[in-house]
Amino acid sequence: MEILVCVKRVPDTAENEIEVGPAGADIKRSDLVYSVNEWDNYAVEEALQIREKVGGSVTVVTVGDADSEEVLRREMAMGADTGVLLSDQAFKNSDGLGIAKILQGEVLKGKYDLVMTGALADDGAGQVGGMLAALLDYPYASLVNMIEVQDGKLTVGREIEGGNQEVSQIELPCVLSIQTGINEPRYVGIRGIRKVASVEIPVRGAGDLGLSPDAVGAAGARVKRVDYFVPPLGEGAEILEGSMDEQVEKLIDILKSKGGIK
Amino acid sequence: MEHLLVPPAGASFLGIPAIIFSLLIPVAGVCTFVYILTRRIAPLVMAAPDPRLDNVVGRAINTVKFAVGQYRQPRYMMAGVLHIVIFAGFCVLSLRSITLVMVGVSSDFALPGMDGFLGEVYGVFKDFVATFVLAACVTAAVRRGIFKPERYAVPPALGKEHTGEAVLILGLISGLMLADMCFEGSLAAAYLQKGMEPEALVVPGTGTWFAVQFMDQMPLAKLQRIHLGAYFAHEIIFFTFLCLLPLGKHFHVITSIPNVFLSKLKKGSVKPVKWGVPEEKVLDLESLGVKKITDFTWKHILDFYTCADCGRCSDQCPANAVGRPLSPRFISVKSREHLYKSFPIWGEPKAKVDEPLIGGIFSEDEIWSCTTCGACEAECPIFIEYIDKMVDLRRGMVDDGNVPQSLQKPLGSLEKRGNPYGIMERKRADWVKEIAEQCPVRVLDPKKGDTAPTLYFVDSITSFDEQIQSIGQSAARVLTAAGIEFGILGPAESDSGHEVRRFGEESLFMELKDRNTEAILESGAQRIVTTDPHAFNALSKDYQGLPKVEHISQVILRAIQEGKLRLKPTEDSAAVYTYHDPCYLGRHNGLYAEPRSVLDAIPGLRRVEMKKSFDRSFCCGGGGLMLFYEPVEETRMGKLRVGMARSAGANVIVTACPFCKVNIEDGIKTSGLEGKMQVIDLVELVDRHLVR
Amino acid sequence: MAKQLFAYIEHAGGSAGDTALELVTAAGKLGAADTVTAVVLGSGAELDKVCQEVASGYKKVWKVDNEALAYPNAELIRELLLRLLPSGSLLLIPNGSFGMDLGPGLSVKMGGAYVSDCVNLEGLEGDALKVVRQEYSGQVSTHVSCDVAAGAVVALRPGAFPPDETGGAGGQVEDKTAAALSGGVPAVRRRFVEVREAEAGDVDITKADILVSCGRGIEDEANLELAFELAKVVGGEVSCSRPIVDAKWLPKPRQVGTSGQTVKPKVYYALGISGTFQHLGGLKGNPFIVAINKNPKAPIFQVADVGVVGDILQYIPALTEKVKEMK
Repeated sequence: MEILVCVKRVPDTAENEIEVGPAGADIKRSDLVYSVNEWDNYAVEEALQIREKVGGSVTVVTVGDADSEEVLRREMAMGADTGVLLSDQAFKNSDGLGIAKILQGEVLKGKYDLVMTGALADDGAGQVGGMLAALLDYPYASLVNMIEVQDGKLTVGREIEGGNQEVSQIELPCVLSIQTGINEPRYVGIRGIRKVASVEIPVRGAGDLGLSPDAVGAAGARVKRVDYFVPPLGEGAEILEGSMDEQVEKLIDILKSKGGIK
Repeated sequence: MEHLLVPPAGASFLGIPAIIFSLLIPVAGVCTFVYILTRRIAPLVMAAPDPRLDNVVGRAINTVKFAVGQYRQPRYMMAGVLHIVIFAGFCVLSLRSITLVMVGVSSDFALPGMDGFLGEVYGVFKDFVATFVLAACVTAAVRRGIFKPERYAVPPALGKEHTGEAVLILGLISGLMLADMCFEGSLAAAYLQKGMEPEALVVPGTGTWFAVQFMDQMPLAKLQRIHLGAYFAHEIIFFTFLCLLPLGKHFHVITSIPNVFLSKLKKGSVKPVKWGVPEEKVLDLESLGVKKITDFTWKHILDFYTCADCGRCSDQCPANAVGRPLSPRFISVKSREHLYKSFPIWGEPKAKVDEPLIGGIFSEDEIWSCTTCGACEAECPIFIEYIDKMVDLRRGMVDDGNVPQSLQKPLGSLEKRGNPYGIMERKRADWVKEIAEQCPVRVLDPKKGDTAPTLYFVDSITSFDEQIQSIGQSAARVLTAAGIEFGILGPAESDSGHEVRRFGEESLFMELKDRNTEAILESGAQRIVTTDPHAFNALSKDYQGLPKVEHISQVILRAIQEGKLRLKPTEDSAAVYTYHDPCYLGRHNGLYAEPRSVLDAIPGLRRVEMKKSFDRSFCCGGGGLMLFYEPVEETRMGKLRVGMARSAGANVIVTACPFCKVNIEDGIKTSGLEGKMQVIDLVELVDRHLVR
Repeated sequence: MAKQLFAYIEHAGGSAGDTALELVTAAGKLGAADTVTAVVLGSGAELDKVCQEVASGYKKVWKVDNEALAYPNAELIRELLLRLLPSGSLLLIPNGSFGMDLGPGLSVKMGGAYVSDCVNLEGLEGDALKVVRQEYSGQVSTHVSCDVAAGAVVALRPGAFPPDETGGAGGQVEDKTAAALSGGVPAVRRRFVEVREAEAGDVDITKADILVSCGRGIEDEANLELAFELAKVVGGEVSCSRPIVDAKWLPKPRQVGTSGQTVKPKVYYALGISGTFQHLGGLKGNPFIVAINKNPKAPIFQVADVGVVGDILQYIPALTEKVKEMK
């Protein structure tokens, strides 16, 4: 099975404190460490396991700049056969649809049976996979937490509310967005990355993908972030006074307003 | 010379001179033995290199003390005494055995210098020794076969009991003793019947003497048959025994003395990924770590051969005690069985040499369970090494990407942020802010060229864990009170990488080591002090080119002795203290006395010793990455340790390691003993008692 | 020209999901509470029940009835909506597992914009829809502007638009089945097989929005009952700190902490939890933390939003009672 996995380089939420930068134009990036989006990593691991079972190849692709290469190399160190970087000035500040169009260009250059993305990334939008599927007119399933391949047919499980799993059969070629916990990704260390340090990673721009600059990038974006901000928060815990009954009443009011009581 | 009984050299069986058998049996025996040994050597030749011939004098001393001197045997008294008797007996009787073999060919053979008075003295001496050996063997067989002590038990999943093999060998040794007693006794009885003094003196009370009593009324013809029968029985048993040795757990009879001679001298260190491959080339190797049995070094394979299956290691192993799937004894036993199956004495191999060990004879959890506490290595009477093997197996798993999810996050954080918690580096020195007024701490900024004569290496847990930062703060106050000018690296410090290395992530360890080494050297410090034994061990054993490293207990003791620190009397008269030896301060670095001396310098402090202390200290649960690993276990080490402190009558546990404090604190909570038991770090205790 | 607003109604077993009325509140933020049309697709008697329920909150309800819609299939529903919705429409959907399946692809086929997981709608200025979203697991918020000239699918965070109690909109239910299915039932390339339910006790606390978390203050295994009761009435899951798992009172998957689960709830009840560094390390994304602890110096009070100094064994039952009364 020929598999393409779309990955993204994001600030690591586990290891960073995200703060709003001056005038809310961006988050403060000076101290941030980046890594591959956690969901995308699960997707790559899943692709590798499918390849181990039925053969084929795994390609990882990202839309970004020279820095994004490190994420491709990490996934190649994990076992992906090829990495492709889609980079162009024209791609900057694309919205989700723009990214999807760029990725569509890459999918059409190859013959992929299966395209995977992570279900969510740093902006929590969870949109690129579904958009890509619609652009390609492929069937789609989101929040996939189980994939079974049998005789070239796919059965997938989706994570739905209540911790339940919705099982479906889906035709190939298709796009799947992958939920965390679908597998246990193998470890990639510094050594693994050194081993792939000099492997060639092709770079493709708007022209190579047959995209017109006003379809992507800031020019083509319909959804734009205006600014970042932090809603005002109180300082430390507000300790409630009064009798136990009074405190309980107050607590419940506060909890209700904060969505702590459904 | 005239012989009352026909000696073996002069006899014949069915017309064939017995001398033929006297030659055949040894020759066949030795040839078989040599052949078996060549098969046993085969995997050693294929194994990884391991240089073990440095410091020959030190090694010789170890050999005399521990191998010949059986120094560790009495740690388990009953088994120890029995073994010492049998071992000593072996050594003494070796001369007799050689003599007996030659006697079958030349009746009056005696070893050089042994044909006169010395020979007679030896003759009597060996009779006593043989008697003791026989008594010891019988006792041991009864103990093994009937009383079946716990530590020899074999979990059903791992196969049959090994009692049969043990009793067989004891039986064979007993047979050797009895055969010689009958061989000599029959001749002595013949003399006595003729009213003559036996050639060899028979002392009452020895086994030979009992044999004589038993035989003294027998007709000469019968004595003759016993004489010859006992001789050939002895030879057959002897050579059978010899050939059986390399087939099971008694290989140690041959390999234990060399094994002690070749043992690891630098405790607490970890072997390089591959001996002979310099650090710069390590990452270029095809494969790191041990994945199949021949990836081990030849010395490790020798270890597997040498394991006597005594179970002392597993008996002391804390992971085993809490029900984790690790039993060090079975690491050796299973490896040995795998070797025997892959390199059989004859026939087709019953196991493939290339078979992956993880998922084969070992499970992943089994190998991740080890806290590297070293209790096993401290206990083994014949110096079998375990920690390097666990590290090598882990290196293999890491190389294959097979790392538990629970460890992947902290490893990623260590790579990105220099600490396993994922907190931003610039917060590493935030703990000094709280005490900035009363005890300012200098954070050395390499960009400004800051230097200090002493560097306090804080390491990650003391820097970031809010409950443990108090140790750092106390250390700052104590160092200041002792007049020591020091600084900390703050954000320029990365995790020492101690557990990163011991969990098999050598490439990440090398990164951390390089970063730290550069920062430490830039600080210009002439000595390093730390409150963290893991950091202490890493900086002194894993790093190179650093100034001298000391643990704070050493610094405090010296300051007390030099009068620079004075301690006031203890205030809590109800407190009974006990000191818990951290593994990386005690066992791995021999620092047992210093922390105790510090405690005893507090006037009026009542201190008791736990049963498992000094080099038998019981690991608290492990440090570094071990705090993130999720083992499958029945209880927790910290909880057991708290129980041990209670049994010793203590209500305050003093420790000198931040990880011990965390684990024991947890143990107190889960035992429901909050308020009744306390744990405190040594430097915090000193801080409280400082006369300012 | 005013934008036409539609609201996609999720339902199961004959009743509308909680999000149904939330979408009205959201529409209200755009001044369209009275003009938004609820769209309900389903099958048979269950569908009718849902429509009746929905009509109490919406003035207009469109229903599409076909047995192919017995279980919601995003691909099929997308096709039907494309046939039904006028071009340039704004469709509000809940940002749940179905919304994530439907929304992005639908927006592309509509030729419109897509914006997901909105926590607030600020308004519609001409063709610019202003919304508020969060990024980085809720650590920061963003103001987002969407060009909805060609229409849009707007996914709303469940629970962010609490419905007001009014009801009684007295909506008309219009049957749109014929319009939707003219040309037949569209073929789909993803076929639903079954729903496999989570094993009883198979709780994934990492997905919970509300966590009732216990520490050693719970004192005894038997007292956990109290926590489960409270969790039930507030619609949350029970989680805990390490000592509870160590004591084997709760299974490991319930533990929050650096060596346990990482959770990102919206609200975190920290009951009898001291707030050790290792425990808080598992709590991400800036949840609203309510802490009850006997010890006024417990570190948890430094990170909690609201605190009560007291014995949880008293407060938990009191809370549970009051919440029950309230419901």
